[in-house]
Amino acid sequence: MSSIETSPGSPPATVRKTALNAVHRQMGAKMVDFNGWDMPVEYPASIGCGVINEHMAVRTGVGIFDVSHMGDIRLAGPQALAAVQYISMNDASKLVVGQAQYSALLYPQGTFVDDVIVHRLGEDEYLLVINAGTREKDFSWVRDNTRQFDCAVENLSDDFTQIAIQGPKAVDLLQKMTSADLSAVKFYWVTRGDILVLDHSMRHHFGNTLIARTGYTAEDGFEIYVPSDEATSALVWNRLLEVGKEFGVVPCGLGARNTLRLEGKLPLYGHEISDTINVWEAGLDRFCKMDKPEFVGRAALEKAKTDGVKRTLVGLEMTERGIARDGYKVMDEGGREIGYVTSGSPAPFLKKNIALAYVPPEFGSVGGTVKVEIRGQGVGAQVVPTPFYKRPKKA
Amino acid sequence: MAYPTDRKYTKQHEWVKVVGQQAAVGITDHAQEALGDIVFVELPKVGADLTAGNSFGTVESVKAVSDLYAPVTGTVTEINADLATSPEKVNKDPHGSWMLKMSLRNAGEIGDLLSAAAYEQFVAEEGGN
Repeated sequence: MSSIETSPGSPPATVRKTALNAVHRQMGAKMVDFNGWDMPVEYPASIGCGVINEHMAVRTGVGIFDVSHMGDIRLAGPQALAAVQYISMNDASKLVVGQAQYSALLYPQGTFVDDVIVHRLGEDEYLLVINAGTREKDFSWVRDNTRQFDCAVENLSDDFTQIAIQGPKAVDLLQKMTSADLSAVKFYWVTRGDILVLDHSMRHHFGNTLIARTGYTAEDGFEIYVPSDEATSALVWNRLLEVGKEFGVVPCGLGARNTLRLEGKLPLYGHEISDTINVWEAGLDRFCKMDKPEFVGRAALEKAKTDGVKRTLVGLEMTERGIARDGYKVMDEGGREIGYVTSGSPAPFLKKNIALAYVPPEFGSVGGTVKVEIRGQGVGAQVVPTPFYKRPKKA
Repeated sequence: MAYPTDRKYTKQHEWVKVVGQQAAVGITDHAQEALGDIVFVELPKVGADLTAGNSFGTVESVKAVSDLYAPVTGTVTEINADLATSPEKVNKDPHGSWMLKMSLRNAGEIGDLLSAAAYEQFVAEEGGN
Protein backbone atom coordinates (compact mmCIF):
# COMPACT_ATOMS: atom_id res chain seq x y z
CA MET A 1 0.00 0.00 0.00
CA SER A 2 1.33 3.43 -0.77
CA SER A 3 0.82 6.61 1.23
CA ILE A 4 -1.99 5.95 3.65
CA GLU A 5 -2.80 9.19 5.41
CA THR A 6 -3.67 8.85 9.03
CA SER A 7 -5.36 11.69 10.87
CA PRO A 8 -3.03 13.35 13.37
CA GLY A 9 -4.50 15.10 16.38
CA SER A 10 -4.35 18.62 15.02
CA PRO A 11 -3.63 20.30 11.70
CA PRO A 12 -0.36 22.13 10.85
CA ALA A 13 -0.25 25.67 12.19
CA THR A 14 -0.28 27.31 8.76
CA VAL A 15 -3.46 25.67 7.47
CA ARG A 16 -6.80 27.45 7.78
CA LYS A 17 -9.61 26.04 9.85
CA THR A 18 -13.35 26.56 9.96
CA ALA A 19 -15.08 27.09 13.32
CA LEU A 20 -16.19 23.43 13.18
CA ASN A 21 -12.69 21.99 12.76
CA ALA A 22 -12.47 20.60 16.29
CA VAL A 23 -15.93 19.05 15.93
CA HIS A 24 -14.94 17.22 12.73
CA ARG A 25 -11.73 15.94 14.30
CA GLN A 26 -13.54 14.90 17.45
CA MET A 27 -16.00 12.92 15.30
CA GLY A 28 -13.02 11.07 13.80
CA ALA A 29 -13.28 12.53 10.32
CA LYS A 30 -10.43 11.90 7.89
CA MET A 31 -9.00 15.33 7.18
CA VAL A 32 -7.38 16.74 4.06
CA ASP A 33 -5.78 20.01 2.99
CA PHE A 34 -8.22 21.52 0.51
CA ASN A 35 -6.81 24.72 -0.99
CA GLY A 36 -5.14 25.58 2.31
CA TRP A 37 -8.12 24.56 4.47
CA ASP A 38 -8.10 21.60 6.89
CA MET A 39 -11.37 19.95 5.91
CA PRO A 40 -13.14 16.63 6.48
CA VAL A 41 -13.05 14.26 3.50
CA GLU A 42 -15.31 11.67 5.07
CA TYR A 43 -16.52 10.59 8.49
CA PRO A 44 -15.83 7.15 10.02
CA ALA A 45 -17.42 3.91 8.88
CA SER A 46 -17.94 3.16 12.58
CA ILE A 47 -20.66 5.85 12.72
CA GLY A 48 -22.24 4.75 9.45
CA CYS A 49 -20.34 7.19 7.25
CA GLY A 50 -17.70 6.99 4.54
CA VAL A 51 -17.95 8.58 1.10
CA ILE A 52 -20.44 6.11 -0.32
CA ASN A 53 -22.84 6.15 2.65
CA GLU A 54 -22.64 9.93 2.84
CA HIS A 55 -23.36 10.25 -0.88
CA MET A 56 -26.35 7.88 -0.66
CA ALA A 57 -27.72 9.68 2.40
CA VAL A 58 -27.89 12.92 0.41
CA ARG A 59 -29.61 11.20 -2.52
CA THR A 60 -32.18 9.40 -0.37
CA GLY A 61 -32.42 11.24 2.96
CA VAL A 62 -30.36 14.15 4.22
CA GLY A 63 -26.71 15.01 4.83
CA ILE A 64 -25.03 18.05 6.33
CA PHE A 65 -21.79 19.67 5.18
CA ASP A 66 -19.52 22.29 6.73
CA VAL A 67 -18.90 24.63 3.81
CA SER A 68 -17.62 27.57 5.83
CA HIS A 69 -14.43 27.60 3.81
CA MET A 70 -16.39 29.20 0.97
CA GLY A 71 -16.24 32.98 0.71
CA ASP A 72 -18.85 35.72 0.99
CA ILE A 73 -18.68 39.12 -0.64
CA ARG A 74 -21.36 41.70 0.00
CA LEU A 75 -22.06 44.53 -2.42
CA ALA A 76 -24.34 47.25 -1.07
CA GLY A 77 -25.12 50.79 -2.18
CA PRO A 78 -27.06 52.80 -4.74
CA GLN A 79 -25.13 51.23 -7.64
CA ALA A 80 -24.82 47.72 -6.27
CA LEU A 81 -26.82 46.24 -9.13
CA ALA A 82 -24.72 48.04 -11.75
CA ALA A 83 -21.57 46.78 -10.03
CA VAL A 84 -22.83 43.19 -9.99
CA GLN A 85 -23.95 43.45 -13.61
CA TYR A 86 -20.46 44.57 -14.62
CA ILE A 87 -18.54 41.73 -13.01
CA SER A 88 -21.04 38.88 -13.23
CA MET A 89 -22.01 37.26 -16.55
CA ASN A 90 -25.60 36.38 -15.69
CA ASP A 91 -28.35 39.00 -15.60
CA ALA A 92 -28.78 40.12 -11.99
CA SER A 93 -31.44 42.66 -12.96
CA LYS A 94 -33.80 39.69 -13.24
CA LEU A 95 -33.45 39.00 -9.50
CA VAL A 96 -36.14 40.21 -7.15
CA VAL A 97 -35.31 40.56 -3.45
CA GLY A 98 -34.90 37.05 -2.07
CA GLN A 99 -33.87 35.47 -5.34
CA ALA A 100 -30.52 33.92 -6.30
CA GLN A 101 -28.82 32.81 -9.51
CA TYR A 102 -25.76 30.88 -10.62
CA SER A 103 -23.21 32.97 -12.46
CA ALA A 104 -19.49 33.54 -12.94
CA LEU A 105 -16.94 36.34 -12.70
CA LEU A 106 -14.90 36.56 -15.89
CA TYR A 107 -11.54 37.91 -16.91
CA PRO A 108 -11.39 40.24 -19.95
CA GLN A 109 -10.40 37.15 -21.99
CA GLY A 110 -13.79 35.59 -21.24
CA THR A 111 -12.26 32.97 -18.96
CA PHE A 112 -13.19 32.31 -15.34
CA VAL A 113 -12.13 34.18 -12.23
CA ASP A 114 -14.61 31.98 -10.34
CA ASP A 115 -18.15 30.69 -10.44
CA VAL A 116 -20.52 32.25 -7.97
CA ILE A 117 -24.04 32.29 -6.62
CA VAL A 118 -25.46 35.81 -6.64
CA HIS A 119 -28.14 36.42 -4.01
CA ARG A 120 -30.24 39.56 -3.94
CA LEU A 121 -30.70 40.23 -0.22
CA GLY A 122 -32.20 43.71 -0.45
CA GLU A 123 -33.12 46.60 -2.74
CA ASP A 124 -29.46 47.50 -3.17
CA GLU A 125 -27.75 44.59 -1.49
CA TYR A 126 -26.21 41.51 -3.09
CA LEU A 127 -24.28 38.59 -1.64
CA LEU A 128 -21.79 36.68 -3.78
CA VAL A 129 -20.86 33.24 -2.46
CA ILE A 130 -17.55 32.11 -3.95
CA ASN A 131 -15.09 29.24 -3.74
CA ALA A 132 -12.76 28.54 -0.85
CA GLY A 133 -9.55 28.53 -2.84
CA THR A 134 -10.32 31.84 -4.52
CA ARG A 135 -11.52 33.95 -1.58
CA GLU A 136 -8.78 36.57 -1.64
CA LYS A 137 -8.38 36.59 -5.40
CA ASP A 138 -12.11 37.10 -5.92
CA PHE A 139 -12.41 39.81 -3.30
CA SER A 140 -9.54 41.79 -4.83
CA TRP A 141 -11.01 41.25 -8.28
CA VAL A 142 -14.49 42.41 -7.28
CA ARG A 143 -13.18 45.42 -5.36
CA ASP A 144 -10.80 46.48 -8.14
CA ASN A 145 -13.40 46.12 -10.89
CA THR A 146 -16.24 47.97 -9.17
CA ARG A 147 -14.44 51.12 -8.02
CA GLN A 148 -16.36 53.17 -10.54
CA PHE A 149 -19.69 52.27 -8.94
CA ASP A 150 -21.23 53.85 -5.85
CA CYS A 151 -21.21 50.59 -3.94
CA ALA A 152 -19.46 49.25 -0.84
CA VAL A 153 -17.68 45.91 -1.24
CA GLU A 154 -17.18 43.90 1.94
CA ASN A 155 -15.47 40.59 2.57
CA LEU A 156 -17.73 38.74 5.01
CA SER A 157 -16.08 35.36 4.55
CA ASP A 158 -14.97 34.99 8.16
CA ASP A 159 -18.28 36.17 9.59
CA PHE A 160 -20.28 33.05 8.89
CA THR A 161 -20.29 29.36 9.53
CA GLN A 162 -22.01 28.05 6.43
CA ILE A 163 -23.72 24.68 6.75
CA ALA A 164 -25.32 22.92 3.80
CA ILE A 165 -28.29 20.65 4.51
CA GLN A 166 -28.93 18.58 1.41
CA GLY A 167 -31.27 15.83 0.27
CA PRO A 168 -34.97 15.08 -0.21
CA LYS A 169 -35.47 15.28 3.57
CA ALA A 170 -33.44 18.47 4.05
CA VAL A 171 -36.58 20.60 4.22
CA ASP A 172 -38.11 18.31 6.86
CA LEU A 173 -34.99 18.55 9.01
CA LEU A 174 -34.47 22.29 8.74
CA GLN A 175 -38.17 23.05 9.25
CA LYS A 176 -37.87 21.54 12.71
CA MET A 177 -35.23 24.12 13.54
CA THR A 178 -36.79 27.30 12.24
CA SER A 179 -40.09 29.11 12.40
CA ALA A 180 -39.57 30.42 8.86
CA ASP A 181 -41.99 28.74 6.48
CA LEU A 182 -39.62 26.80 4.23
CA SER A 183 -42.43 25.58 1.95
CA ALA A 184 -42.68 29.19 0.76
CA VAL A 185 -39.01 29.26 -0.24
CA LYS A 186 -38.57 27.97 -3.78
CA PHE A 187 -35.35 26.52 -5.09
CA TYR A 188 -32.73 29.27 -5.55
CA TRP A 189 -34.63 31.65 -3.30
CA VAL A 190 -33.60 32.82 0.14
CA THR A 191 -35.27 33.94 3.33
CA ARG A 192 -34.22 35.15 6.72
CA GLY A 193 -35.32 33.22 9.73
CA ASP A 194 -34.40 32.10 13.18
CA ILE A 195 -32.46 28.96 13.88
CA LEU A 196 -33.77 27.50 17.06
CA VAL A 197 -31.47 25.39 19.11
CA LEU A 198 -32.87 24.15 22.40
CA ASP A 199 -30.71 22.48 24.94
CA HIS A 200 -31.17 21.61 28.56
CA SER A 201 -30.60 24.96 30.17
CA MET A 202 -30.78 27.58 27.47
CA ARG A 203 -32.84 28.44 24.49
CA HIS A 204 -30.55 29.71 21.74
CA HIS A 205 -32.20 31.85 19.18
CA PHE A 206 -30.27 33.13 16.23
CA GLY A 207 -32.63 35.50 14.60
CA ASN A 208 -32.38 36.87 11.12
CA THR A 209 -30.23 34.01 9.86
CA LEU A 210 -29.84 33.83 6.11
CA ILE A 211 -31.40 30.62 4.81
CA ALA A 212 -30.87 29.92 1.11
CA ARG A 213 -32.43 27.10 -0.85
CA THR A 214 -29.20 26.44 -2.72
CA GLY A 215 -26.57 23.74 -2.86
CA TYR A 216 -23.91 21.84 -4.75
CA THR A 217 -25.33 18.34 -4.68
CA ALA A 218 -28.01 18.28 -7.44
CA GLU A 219 -30.59 17.66 -4.69
CA ASP A 220 -33.08 19.89 -2.91
CA GLY A 221 -31.49 21.52 0.09
CA PHE A 222 -30.52 24.60 2.02
CA GLU A 223 -27.46 26.52 3.06
CA ILE A 224 -27.64 28.40 6.34
CA TYR A 225 -25.29 31.16 7.44
CA VAL A 226 -24.90 31.21 11.24
CA PRO A 227 -22.50 33.25 13.41
CA SER A 228 -18.95 31.94 13.03
CA ASP A 229 -17.91 31.64 16.67
CA GLU A 230 -16.99 28.08 17.62
CA ALA A 231 -19.63 27.70 20.33
CA THR A 232 -22.56 28.73 18.12
CA SER A 233 -21.28 26.73 15.20
CA ALA A 234 -20.91 23.54 17.23
CA LEU A 235 -24.35 24.03 18.78
CA VAL A 236 -26.07 24.33 15.41
CA TRP A 237 -24.11 21.44 13.85
CA ASN A 238 -24.75 19.07 16.73
CA ARG A 239 -28.38 20.06 16.93
CA LEU A 240 -28.82 19.30 13.22
CA LEU A 241 -27.35 15.84 13.79
CA GLU A 242 -29.67 15.26 16.73
CA VAL A 243 -32.89 16.57 15.20
CA GLY A 244 -31.98 14.85 11.94
CA LYS A 245 -31.71 11.37 13.45
CA GLU A 246 -35.29 10.55 12.51
CA PHE A 247 -34.48 11.44 8.89
CA GLY A 248 -31.27 9.40 8.85
CA VAL A 249 -28.98 12.44 8.75
CA VAL A 250 -25.26 11.89 8.32
CA PRO A 251 -22.37 14.36 8.40
CA CYS A 252 -20.78 14.57 4.93
CA GLY A 253 -17.29 15.54 3.84
CA LEU A 254 -15.60 16.80 0.71
CA GLY A 255 -15.40 13.30 -0.74
CA ALA A 256 -19.18 13.01 -1.03
CA ARG A 257 -19.42 16.68 -1.95
CA ASN A 258 -17.32 15.92 -5.00
CA THR A 259 -19.10 12.74 -6.09
CA LEU A 260 -22.50 14.40 -5.65
CA ARG A 261 -21.65 17.49 -7.70
CA LEU A 262 -19.98 15.33 -10.36
CA GLU A 263 -23.13 13.23 -10.87
CA GLY A 264 -25.00 16.52 -11.32
CA LYS A 265 -22.37 17.94 -13.70
CA LEU A 266 -21.75 20.94 -11.45
CA PRO A 267 -18.42 22.56 -12.29
CA LEU A 268 -15.48 22.73 -9.90
CA TYR A 269 -13.05 25.64 -10.21
CA GLY A 270 -9.66 24.47 -11.35
CA HIS A 271 -11.25 21.54 -13.17
CA GLU A 272 -14.19 22.30 -15.53
CA ILE A 273 -13.67 26.06 -15.24
CA SER A 274 -10.46 28.04 -14.82
CA ASP A 275 -8.61 31.11 -16.01
CA THR A 276 -7.73 29.33 -19.27
CA ILE A 277 -11.20 28.04 -20.12
CA ASN A 278 -13.96 30.21 -21.59
CA VAL A 279 -17.73 30.16 -21.04
CA TRP A 280 -18.59 28.46 -24.36
CA GLU A 281 -16.06 25.66 -23.88
CA ALA A 282 -17.45 25.00 -20.40
CA GLY A 283 -20.98 24.82 -21.77
CA LEU A 284 -22.29 27.49 -19.40
CA ASP A 285 -23.97 29.52 -22.18
CA ARG A 286 -27.34 29.64 -20.44
CA PHE A 287 -25.86 31.54 -17.48
CA CYS A 288 -24.20 34.14 -19.70
CA LYS A 289 -26.48 36.93 -20.87
CA MET A 290 -24.79 38.56 -23.83
CA ASP A 291 -27.71 40.92 -24.40
CA LYS A 292 -27.37 42.72 -21.07
CA PRO A 293 -25.24 45.85 -20.62
CA GLU A 294 -21.44 45.69 -20.88
CA PHE A 295 -19.69 43.22 -18.53
CA VAL A 296 -16.07 42.13 -18.14
CA GLY A 297 -15.21 39.45 -20.67
CA ARG A 298 -18.06 40.15 -23.02
CA ALA A 299 -15.99 41.34 -25.99
CA ALA A 300 -13.71 38.32 -25.84
CA LEU A 301 -16.74 36.03 -25.65
CA GLU A 302 -18.26 37.68 -28.77
CA LYS A 303 -15.06 36.94 -30.65
CA ALA A 304 -14.77 33.42 -29.25
CA LYS A 305 -18.30 32.73 -30.39
CA THR A 306 -17.57 33.74 -33.99
CA ASP A 307 -14.23 31.88 -33.95
CA GLY A 308 -15.95 28.72 -32.73
CA VAL A 309 -14.92 26.52 -29.80
CA LYS A 310 -11.76 24.39 -30.08
CA ARG A 311 -12.83 22.07 -27.28
CA THR A 312 -16.01 21.18 -25.47
CA LEU A 313 -16.87 19.67 -22.08
CA VAL A 314 -18.44 16.23 -22.37
CA GLY A 315 -19.67 13.54 -20.03
CA LEU A 316 -18.02 10.13 -20.21
CA GLU A 317 -19.08 6.79 -18.86
CA MET A 318 -16.50 4.00 -18.68
CA THR A 319 -17.52 1.03 -20.82
CA GLU A 320 -14.54 -1.13 -19.88
CA ARG A 321 -13.20 -1.88 -16.41
CA GLY A 322 -11.39 1.11 -14.92
CA ILE A 323 -11.85 4.45 -13.22
CA ALA A 324 -11.06 7.64 -15.13
CA ARG A 325 -9.61 10.27 -12.81
CA ASP A 326 -8.71 13.96 -12.86
CA GLY A 327 -5.98 14.72 -15.38
CA TYR A 328 -6.03 11.38 -17.23
CA LYS A 329 -5.54 11.64 -21.00
CA VAL A 330 -8.43 11.04 -23.38
CA MET A 331 -7.57 9.37 -26.70
CA ASP A 332 -9.46 8.51 -29.86
CA GLU A 333 -9.98 4.88 -30.81
CA GLY A 334 -6.63 4.93 -32.58
CA GLY A 335 -4.78 5.94 -29.43
CA ARG A 336 -4.12 9.56 -30.43
CA GLU A 337 -4.38 12.03 -27.54
CA ILE A 338 -7.37 14.33 -28.02
CA GLY A 339 -8.11 15.76 -24.61
CA TYR A 340 -8.11 15.23 -20.86
CA VAL A 341 -10.35 14.38 -17.91
CA THR A 342 -11.25 17.37 -15.74
CA SER A 343 -12.99 15.34 -13.04
CA GLY A 344 -13.44 11.57 -12.84
CA SER A 345 -14.60 9.22 -10.15
CA PRO A 346 -16.90 6.34 -9.31
CA ALA A 347 -20.50 7.58 -9.06
CA PRO A 348 -21.97 5.94 -5.95
CA PHE A 349 -25.64 6.51 -6.77
CA LEU A 350 -25.41 5.67 -10.47
CA LYS A 351 -23.04 2.78 -9.79
CA LYS A 352 -20.94 3.64 -12.80
CA ASN A 353 -17.52 5.20 -13.30
CA ILE A 354 -18.02 8.64 -14.81
CA ALA A 355 -15.96 11.62 -15.89
CA LEU A 356 -16.10 15.06 -17.40
CA ALA A 357 -13.53 15.78 -20.09
CA TYR A 358 -12.48 18.39 -22.61
CA VAL A 359 -12.33 17.02 -26.17
CA PRO A 360 -12.49 18.64 -29.62
CA PRO A 361 -16.11 19.29 -30.69
CA GLU A 362 -16.01 16.52 -33.30
CA PHE A 363 -15.66 13.98 -30.46
CA GLY A 364 -18.51 15.48 -28.47
CA SER A 365 -21.48 13.59 -29.90
CA VAL A 366 -23.42 11.42 -27.49
CA GLY A 367 -22.68 7.77 -28.23
CA GLY A 368 -19.19 8.47 -29.50
CA THR A 369 -16.44 6.24 -28.11
CA VAL A 370 -13.04 7.28 -26.80
CA LYS A 371 -10.31 5.76 -24.69
CA VAL A 372 -9.08 7.01 -21.33
CA GLU A 373 -5.43 6.31 -20.53
CA ILE A 374 -5.28 4.55 -17.17
CA ARG A 375 -1.75 3.64 -16.05
CA GLY A 376 -0.53 3.26 -19.60
CA GLN A 377 -3.56 1.40 -20.97
CA GLY A 378 -6.37 2.78 -23.15
CA VAL A 379 -9.67 1.90 -21.46
CA GLY A 380 -12.98 2.27 -23.30
CA ALA A 381 -15.47 5.04 -22.52
CA GLN A 382 -18.55 6.48 -24.17
CA VAL A 383 -19.83 10.05 -24.46
CA VAL A 384 -23.11 10.25 -22.55
CA PRO A 385 -25.71 12.99 -21.97
CA THR A 386 -25.26 15.22 -18.95
CA PRO A 387 -26.08 15.79 -16.23
CA PHE A 388 -25.45 12.16 -15.36
CA TYR A 389 -28.04 12.47 -12.59
CA LYS A 390 -31.15 14.63 -12.24
CA ARG A 391 -33.18 14.55 -9.06
CA PRO A 392 -36.68 13.15 -9.44
CA LYS A 393 -39.50 15.68 -9.74
CA LYS A 394 -41.69 15.80 -6.65
CA ALA A 395 -45.03 14.09 -7.29
CA MET B 1 -6.92 -4.32 17.16
CA ALA B 2 -5.23 -7.68 17.55
CA TYR B 3 -3.89 -8.83 14.21
CA PRO B 4 -4.14 -12.54 13.36
CA THR B 5 -0.99 -14.41 14.32
CA ASP B 6 -1.29 -16.99 11.54
CA ARG B 7 0.45 -14.68 9.10
CA LYS B 8 3.16 -12.06 8.55
CA TYR B 9 2.89 -8.38 7.67
CA THR B 10 4.70 -5.70 5.69
CA LYS B 11 5.26 -2.00 6.32
CA GLN B 12 3.17 -1.41 3.20
CA HIS B 13 0.19 -2.84 5.09
CA GLU B 14 -0.09 -6.14 3.29
CA TRP B 15 -0.40 -9.52 4.97
CA VAL B 16 1.03 -12.85 3.78
CA LYS B 17 -0.32 -16.20 4.92
CA VAL B 18 1.94 -19.12 4.06
CA VAL B 19 0.65 -22.62 3.52
CA GLY B 20 3.54 -24.84 2.45
CA GLN B 21 5.12 -23.39 -0.66
CA GLN B 22 2.13 -21.13 -1.45
CA ALA B 23 1.30 -17.72 -0.01
CA ALA B 24 -2.01 -15.87 0.10
CA VAL B 25 -1.73 -12.06 0.05
CA GLY B 26 -4.13 -9.34 1.12
CA ILE B 27 -4.25 -5.96 2.83
CA THR B 28 -4.68 -5.29 6.52
CA ASP B 29 -7.56 -3.86 8.49
CA HIS B 30 -5.54 -0.69 9.02
CA ALA B 31 -5.14 -0.35 5.26
CA GLN B 32 -8.83 -0.80 4.43
CA GLU B 33 -9.82 1.61 7.18
CA ALA B 34 -7.41 4.26 5.93
CA LEU B 35 -8.50 3.78 2.31
CA GLY B 36 -12.22 4.00 2.98
CA ASP B 37 -14.75 2.42 0.61
CA ILE B 38 -12.85 0.26 -1.86
CA VAL B 39 -14.35 0.35 -5.33
CA PHE B 40 -11.74 -1.32 -7.55
CA VAL B 41 -8.96 -3.87 -7.26
CA GLU B 42 -6.48 -4.36 -10.13
CA LEU B 43 -4.58 -7.64 -9.90
CA PRO B 44 -1.95 -9.27 -12.12
CA LYS B 45 -2.68 -12.27 -14.29
CA VAL B 46 -2.07 -15.86 -13.20
CA GLY B 47 1.49 -16.71 -14.19
CA ALA B 48 2.84 -13.20 -13.56
CA ASP B 49 6.19 -13.05 -11.76
CA LEU B 50 6.28 -10.82 -8.70
CA THR B 51 9.39 -9.43 -7.01
CA ALA B 52 9.36 -8.56 -3.31
CA GLY B 53 8.94 -4.82 -2.84
CA ASN B 54 7.66 -4.13 -6.37
CA SER B 55 4.17 -2.97 -7.19
CA PHE B 56 1.89 -5.74 -8.47
CA GLY B 57 -1.42 -3.95 -8.77
CA THR B 58 -3.64 -1.25 -7.37
CA VAL B 59 -6.51 -0.86 -4.97
CA GLU B 60 -8.77 2.12 -5.46
CA SER B 61 -11.06 3.94 -3.08
CA VAL B 62 -13.55 6.51 -4.32
CA LYS B 63 -10.96 9.25 -4.02
CA ALA B 64 -7.59 7.65 -4.63
CA VAL B 65 -5.44 4.99 -6.25
CA SER B 66 -2.98 3.06 -4.07
CA ASP B 67 -0.28 0.66 -5.17
CA LEU B 68 -0.08 -2.89 -3.85
CA TYR B 69 3.43 -4.20 -3.21
CA ALA B 70 4.56 -7.80 -3.45
CA PRO B 71 5.57 -8.95 0.05
CA VAL B 72 7.63 -11.83 -1.32
CA THR B 73 9.05 -13.04 -4.63
CA GLY B 74 7.21 -15.69 -6.62
CA THR B 75 4.64 -16.42 -9.31
CA VAL B 76 0.90 -15.75 -9.19
CA THR B 77 -1.06 -19.03 -9.08
CA GLU B 78 -4.58 -17.75 -8.41
CA ILE B 79 -6.46 -14.45 -8.16
CA ASN B 80 -9.65 -13.76 -6.23
CA ALA B 81 -12.21 -13.19 -8.99
CA ASP B 82 -14.80 -12.15 -6.38
CA LEU B 83 -13.04 -8.83 -5.92
CA ALA B 84 -13.77 -7.77 -9.50
CA THR B 85 -17.48 -7.60 -8.73
CA SER B 86 -17.42 -7.13 -4.96
CA PRO B 87 -14.38 -5.05 -4.00
CA GLU B 88 -16.18 -3.96 -0.81
CA LYS B 89 -15.43 -7.41 0.60
CA VAL B 90 -11.95 -6.14 1.32
CA ASN B 91 -13.45 -3.50 3.63
CA LYS B 92 -15.83 -5.94 5.30
CA ASP B 93 -13.30 -8.73 5.86
CA PRO B 94 -9.77 -7.56 5.04
CA HIS B 95 -8.00 -10.49 6.68
CA GLY B 96 -10.34 -13.04 5.13
CA SER B 97 -10.29 -11.50 1.62
CA TRP B 98 -7.17 -12.79 -0.07
CA MET B 99 -6.31 -10.95 -3.27
CA LEU B 100 -3.93 -13.41 -4.86
CA LYS B 101 -2.09 -16.62 -4.16
CA MET B 102 1.46 -17.12 -5.26
CA SER B 103 4.25 -19.66 -5.18
CA LEU B 104 7.27 -18.75 -3.04
CA ARG B 105 10.62 -18.44 -4.82
CA ASN B 106 12.53 -18.01 -1.57
CA ALA B 107 10.93 -19.16 1.69
CA GLY B 108 13.59 -17.22 3.64
CA GLU B 109 11.99 -13.90 2.64
CA ILE B 110 9.12 -14.58 5.04
CA GLY B 111 11.49 -14.25 7.96
CA ASP B 112 12.12 -10.59 7.07
CA LEU B 113 8.48 -9.70 7.49
CA LEU B 114 6.73 -8.39 10.60
CA SER B 115 4.93 -10.54 13.15
CA ALA B 116 1.41 -9.53 14.20
CA ALA B 117 2.76 -7.84 17.33
CA ALA B 118 5.47 -6.00 15.42
CA TYR B 119 2.95 -4.82 12.82
CA GLU B 120 0.59 -3.59 15.53
CA GLN B 121 3.42 -1.59 17.03
CA PHE B 122 4.42 -0.24 13.63
CA VAL B 123 0.85 0.97 13.01
CA ALA B 124 0.68 2.55 16.45
CA GLU B 125 3.95 4.42 15.92
CA GLU B 126 3.09 5.49 12.37
CA GLY B 127 -0.17 6.99 13.60
CA GLY B 128 1.73 9.13 16.05
CA ASN B 129 -0.25 7.65 18.94
